[in-house]
Amino acid sequence: MNGAKLREKIAFTVLGFVTLLVILPILLILYYVISRGWGAMSWEFLTQNPRNGMKEGGIFPALVGTILLVIGTMAFSLPLGILSAIYLVEYARDNLFTRMIKLSVVNLSGIPSIVYGLFGFTVFVVFLHFGASILAGSLTLAIMSLPVIITSTKEALEAVPMSYREISLSLGATRWQTIRYCVLPYAIPGILTGTVLSLSRAAGETAPILFTVAAFYLPHLPRSVFDQVMALPYHLYVISTQVPNVPEKFSFGTGLVLIALVCLMNVVSIVLRAHFRKKKQW
Amino acid sequence: MEFTTKISIDDLNLFYGDFHALKSIQLHIPQNNVTALIGPSGCGKSTLLRTINRMNDLIENVRTEGRILIDGQNILDPSMDVVTLRQKVGMVFQRPNVFDQSILDNLLFGMRIHRQMRSRSQTMDLVHKSLEDVGLWDVLKDKLRKNARTLSLEQQQRLCIARVILLTPAIILFDEPCSALDPIATMRIEELLKVLREQYTLVIVTHNMQQAARASDYTGFLYLGELIEFGPTAHIFTNPRQKMTDNYISGNFG
Repeated sequence: MNGAKLREKIAFTVLGFVTLLVILPILLILYYVISRGWGAMSWEFLTQNPRNGMKEGGIFPALVGTILLVIGTMAFSLPLGILSAIYLVEYARDNLFTRMIKLSVVNLSGIPSIVYGLFGFTVFVVFLHFGASILAGSLTLAIMSLPVIITSTKEALEAVPMSYREISLSLGATRWQTIRYCVLPYAIPGILTGTVLSLSRAAGETAPILFTVAAFYLPHLPRSVFDQVMALPYHLYVISTQVPNVPEKFSFGTGLVLIALVCLMNVVSIVLRAHFRKKKQW
Repeated sequence: MEFTTKISIDDLNLFYGDFHALKSIQLHIPQNNVTALIGPSGCGKSTLLRTINRMNDLIENVRTEGRILIDGQNILDPSMDVVTLRQKVGMVFQRPNVFDQSILDNLLFGMRIHRQMRSRSQTMDLVHKSLEDVGLWDVLKDKLRKNARTLSLEQQQRLCIARVILLTPAIILFDEPCSALDPIATMRIEELLKVLREQYTLVIVTHNMQQAARASDYTGFLYLGELIEFGPTAHIFTNPRQKMTDNYISGNFG
């Protein structure tokens, strides 16, 4: 074996080993959460209110709360994020104003989530009088998700070759028709990936919902968007640290449900992605 | 030169930022003929072509001065509707740019966006005719649902031409339409140009001088943004008036 081939083999081994190290924590977390939380899994756990100081019963209100928050977040952040990314890529001229918007989008993603929580509390809960509510929480989570949605949508749009736009425009299509028929169908898979990623993050965040929506204990479902709800990540925090003598399997069970929820969202996005990739038209 | 002018370019100047890319172009493009624009890379021939259907609008910091009259209408006027213009002035690009869709969807794209869908039989008649015009009907009539990307490059380029024809343009612009094709395919496309000029006014940009000599009726030679010479192709290639044209076509530079 000559030197170059040996070095190739070493490089291959080292790179492979490092990659293994990267997925190791994920596998360990999954193993840990599943092995300790599986015992809590039951129909009752998913569909019952917590009882007896949260030491018994289930997590139904928290599960519903988190689902509602994800839907609320999606309702605000998807249109806002995708439409503004379309504007930035397809319409905006390259000037100081546009560059400042792009810069602030990048910087927004660097802000700690607890700061979003404080911002949401000040603006939505107090100033706009929404109170601690699904509305305030969704808006806060939506603002937090925007940078990732905008950035990934921008990248997906920019990855569509300029020539696609040229043919469409040269055939007499308007800019909007070009975007609708020749750009978006090809960008949708990329947009979905970024969107689901950021919504998964929103589903698991505790800090932004701490002051804006999350309830400590609320054993009934919300009646309007101005009601508070329980949420899985906050419930997990509460039963792990604030309430004594909650069985360990309840904490890990809650975590397991949260992970399953996020996985489910990813599966849906994979299915949608495959669907759009095949159709290329919608 | 005795001909009916289709496109009349009058004192056209174009700037990319500070760069003066087209300098006082004065040119009459004849109806139902093939006009070739030749010149070395960067001389502005593609830029000139793209001014005729306002594709340069897509580039930032482009400024045009002067007039381009098509049927007496100044298409550079800001009030000109580029959507209408581009239906009238079709364009075929260097790479055969078919959409990653079926042959039929490619052909119907223009009709769909212009909301000109007719009854199924009428639409299929138009599709039939356009494919007939570009010599693809016999090959493709049974595979209209196939993805257009599976065709050969030459067939894809013919399909692009058919797609333009379906918009019933008056003028078709070709931006180096054969540079991705092999010599035999190139020859066949050139023959197609000769057929199409019966119905359309054709303008072709090419860096291939033999192609201009073979396929065009009139030739314009551009150099550094100026139109050096324009005339019947036979004259330009046998008896150019300008020394520079002579040098270029005999391969001394460019």
